[in-house]
Amino acid sequence: MFRLLHDIGRYLLLMRLVLTKPEKKRIYYHQVFLEMEKLGVDSLGIVAIISVFMGAVVTIQTAFNIDGPLIPVYAVGFTVRQSVILEFSPTIIGLILAGKVGSGIASEIGTMRVTEQIDALEIMGINSAAFLILPKIVAAMVINPIIIIISMFLGIFGGWMAGVVTGLCSSPEYIYGVQFDFNPYDVVYAMVKTVVFAYLITSISGFHGYNTQGGALEVGRASTRAVVHSSIAIILFNLILTQLMLA
Amino acid sequence: MIEARHISKRFGDQDVLKNISLSFHQGKTNLIIGQSGSGKTVMMKCLVGLLPVDEGEISFDGRIISNLSFEEMKHIRQDIGMLFQGGALFDSMTVLENVMFPLNMFSTMNAKEKVERVDFCLNRVNLPKAHKLFPSEISGGMKKRVAIARAIAMQPKYLFCDEPNSGLDPKTANVIDKLIAEITEEYDITTIVNTHDMNSVLEIGDKISFLFEGNLWWEGTREEILHTDNAELNNFVYSTELIRRLKS
Repeated sequence: MFRLLHDIGRYLLLMRLVLTKPEKKRIYYHQVFLEMEKLGVDSLGIVAIISVFMGAVVTIQTAFNIDGPLIPVYAVGFTVRQSVILEFSPTIIGLILAGKVGSGIASEIGTMRVTEQIDALEIMGINSAAFLILPKIVAAMVINPIIIIISMFLGIFGGWMAGVVTGLCSSPEYIYGVQFDFNPYDVVYAMVKTVVFAYLITSISGFHGYNTQGGALEVGRASTRAVVHSSIAIILFNLILTQLMLA
Repeated sequence: MIEARHISKRFGDQDVLKNISLSFHQGKTNLIIGQSGSGKTVMMKCLVGLLPVDEGEISFDGRIISNLSFEEMKHIRQDIGMLFQGGALFDSMTVLENVMFPLNMFSTMNAKEKVERVDFCLNRVNLPKAHKLFPSEISGGMKKRVAIARAIAMQPKYLFCDEPNSGLDPKTANVIDKLIAEITEEYDITTIVNTHDMNSVLEIGDKISFLFEGNLWWEGTREEILHTDNAELNNFVYSTELIRRLKS
């Protein structure tokens, strides 16, 4: 318990350093765009594959489980849309990104720490915490909502494909279900979750990387801790945000 | 001139630096020598402000830095160049970008002036054609030279070198030593070098300070070091067969 409080304290102190005015805004903007490519664009492939298959599986499972005459077939499209928008895209893709992006951030910054590159930044008079972590946080908070929207479309498309190909529901029925009783607030809720998760993944992974001490072994450990702690934080904040926004 | 007055540093219950007072003079290559674990690197990190001292004070040309905040220290840091043991070049940047990095962050030069300055620095360290290479594509000696070029890009008043020869063959080590000594004299800067390499001591050491178990054990010149009767220093200096044979 003491260790947890100690780590939270250190994390908050680091965030105080990270969330400061940049030394040279132009350089930071440049870094943000580079990070958007690294953290976002480079993750599109895995996100696309997972989203399509996720939507397809939800369609098949829903179709097999609503085998009653009172439930219309378009409920398949409705269920896929609700599952994908409310939970699968923001949370599951968030967890996937915690693994892919989080471990990358922790190992990149951790390696910079153990090879004295962070000391080199400090010697030059640069706020190394802000220079290394802030562009990643900003980039993820901007690019992740776009990735999640793409994931939502692909998830719903994957569901349509599975439904039509297997004959579990027709295309008009599925599309009607997807459009049925749509509440835009669901997307707002998903976007809020996405932005919060983006912040958690980048800041927690940055924290573990920045505090790495030792050599290659510790970089690996920092990377693992980053993924585990980011995932736990995502699940915890998923519950808190759901309670706050939907209850 | 850089002065350290009665500085002490402790990690847990281990005293790493014990009441050390030292001065490093401008235009001279000042060497800190000692065995591994004697406190050299901690001493250097305290001098550049990467580690806070527990007791005592450090001043750069009369400006006391030991109690300054990060923001207050920023201006002094821009007068500091540092060569790290492994070079500490940024892996994701080319040689050109590495040397240009401090200029991008702190100088008011335009793009053309920055490129000219980078060219000058890389020529000074005899690497005129390495601009487009990444750190992973160059040798250890070249990395050290690029790191020196980056360290002098902002025309520092103080140059710190932590074990500049570690991992290099004797010939390349000699090239790096001479480069450091030449730059020190040419730009009249205060240079502090951490080393345990006796070749460096005899080659470039204008003033030598010997640390032993966290204490300042001996100070002198490269001429004096060969004729000292200090037992611990002699044990360090004549620890290799080569130096022992040269002595006899």
